[in-house]
Amino acid sequence: MSKIIKYTETYEYISVDNEIGTVGIAEEASDKMGDIYYVELPEVGKKFAKGDEAAVVESAKSAADVFCPVGGEVIEVNSNLESNPEFVSKNPLTDGWLFKIKITEMDELESLMDYEEFKKHVHEEG
Amino acid sequence: MANYSVHSENDRSKILKALGINNAGELFSFIPGKVLNPEINIPAGLSEMELRDKLNKLAGLNNPVSSFSSFLGGGAYNHYIPSAVNYVTSISQFYTAYTPYQAEISQGTLQYIFEFQSLMCRLNGMDITNASMYDGGSSLAEAVLLSRRATGKKKVILSTTINPQYRQTVKTYVSGLDMEVVEAGHKEGITDIDLLKNTIDEDTCSVVIQNPNYFGNLEEVFKIRNMLDSYPDCLYIVSADPLSLAILKPPSEYGADIVVGDAQCFGNPLSFGGPYLGYFSTREKYLRQMPGRIVGKTIDRDGKDSYTLIYQTREQHIRKVKATSNICTNHSLNVLAATVYLYLLGEEGLKNLASLCIRRANYFYNKLSELPHFKKRYKSNFFSELTISTDLDVDRTLEALYKENIIGGINLGKYYNELSDSILVSFTEMNSESDIDRYIDILKKLQAG
Repeated sequence: MSKIIKYTETYEYISVDNEIGTVGIAEEASDKMGDIYYVELPEVGKKFAKGDEAAVVESAKSAADVFCPVGGEVIEVNSNLESNPEFVSKNPLTDGWLFKIKITEMDELESLMDYEEFKKHVHEEG
Repeated sequence: MANYSVHSENDRSKILKALGINNAGELFSFIPGKVLNPEINIPAGLSEMELRDKLNKLAGLNNPVSSFSSFLGGGAYNHYIPSAVNYVTSISQFYTAYTPYQAEISQGTLQYIFEFQSLMCRLNGMDITNASMYDGGSSLAEAVLLSRRATGKKKVILSTTINPQYRQTVKTYVSGLDMEVVEAGHKEGITDIDLLKNTIDEDTCSVVIQNPNYFGNLEEVFKIRNMLDSYPDCLYIVSADPLSLAILKPPSEYGADIVVGDAQCFGNPLSFGGPYLGYFSTREKYLRQMPGRIVGKTIDRDGKDSYTLIYQTREQHIRKVKATSNICTNHSLNVLAATVYLYLLGEEGLKNLASLCIRRANYFYNKLSELPHFKKRYKSNFFSELTISTDLDVDRTLEALYKENIIGGINLGKYYNELSDSILVSFTEMNSESDIDRYIDILKKLQAG
């Protein structure tokens, strides 16, 4: 299975490599939030169902929940964000990832959007 | 009707149609008519002059503390308030109890809140203090809620030497939550550490003490810290009279995680029902778990000092149901009074004031030995309040003092069944040595009679 990126209606992305999913927030979301000052990350080992609150991303304007895109168990968090939270909005797909999960519900990926669908969703939301 | 309404006739008929009713009155049709619009039996109006006269007469029925020699304490203290405090708090630009959201028109207000936060941190040694809370009791309750959020654990242990009203407030705040409140008793008027040890477990989110405690005694704060070291997740919450911190070791030195209390003692008058002034201080680690907001200092584009509210993102108006707290405000005007008061006294002045209160308490304590029917209740060291016990009737003792315009203290039997023989007597600079002599003389006559 090659590496794919899927998006949620709540603007999270999950980049999937075999059974490992890397979760972050899409550039389109960080554009709306402004500068990111702080990121609250989950504990390694924590299990989430699809849609569970997994992290909080805080900007000057808001503290937004990040929902887990599919069910899985946290295997790693991006501790670089403690000192460089701005990575979340600057390089969302590279340095700015939030946490990695071992996906337990692979079929839930089907319900997520690909980039084309996601762009349409963002456009519709305005 | 000239009143502006956001709903047009068209909106209204749409809403009524959606609800399946013909007019808004039908929404209330299940309420009997005489209850819905009852006839209210109120007398005819008064002129301004008559009203003022009536209110003056009612106000004259009050017994203000200024017409007594008061030895009441237990969380609210009768200190002298220099005239400059009221002068500054009456400056109309400051005259708001409200929240300075608009930094561009609120620099003065924001600056004094910033100063208040800094002063409280200097007193208690903690990293951060927020922009204030309602009072000492609600501030303590918020500390307990923080410990629940930060640890995910459910059990809080309150020492029974904490102000009974504060404990009641904590219980009210947590009553809707899945939390267990356990009270650990005292021995010789201080928290019984053995009892604490038997009560604490892996599911404990915080251990809460008050120092100086409700009986006026000094707690074994370091021993409690040592005991807590076996429970690294459990937070150590200390409620402290901030004036005591002018002399006592700051709670940061004995490892407190959260320090709260009431700063009414700094320039705010005694007032039934408040407003009083809660302070809330903690470690930087818990910044984002803290209730309320902080005023931050920065520079503007011209490089000038400027102030603004920060860390509001976890507050209710932004974070809604997931907010750290229901408090979405601060006690701004009370903060101003405290800030002006602290700057008037200065570091030395505050130390002198605290020493004076202790000296007055000791003056009383030394005279106590002349009275066979009264004694210091506990062996423990005390600060500016003292628990005394008697083999005479407590109510009659307090009544005899009251007849001579002395409010003798708090009847502890009101809050502690086992202390129906005890009175909590509090001392400030307002209790002169001659007042204390008078107090002692009345007690002397009591035992003679």
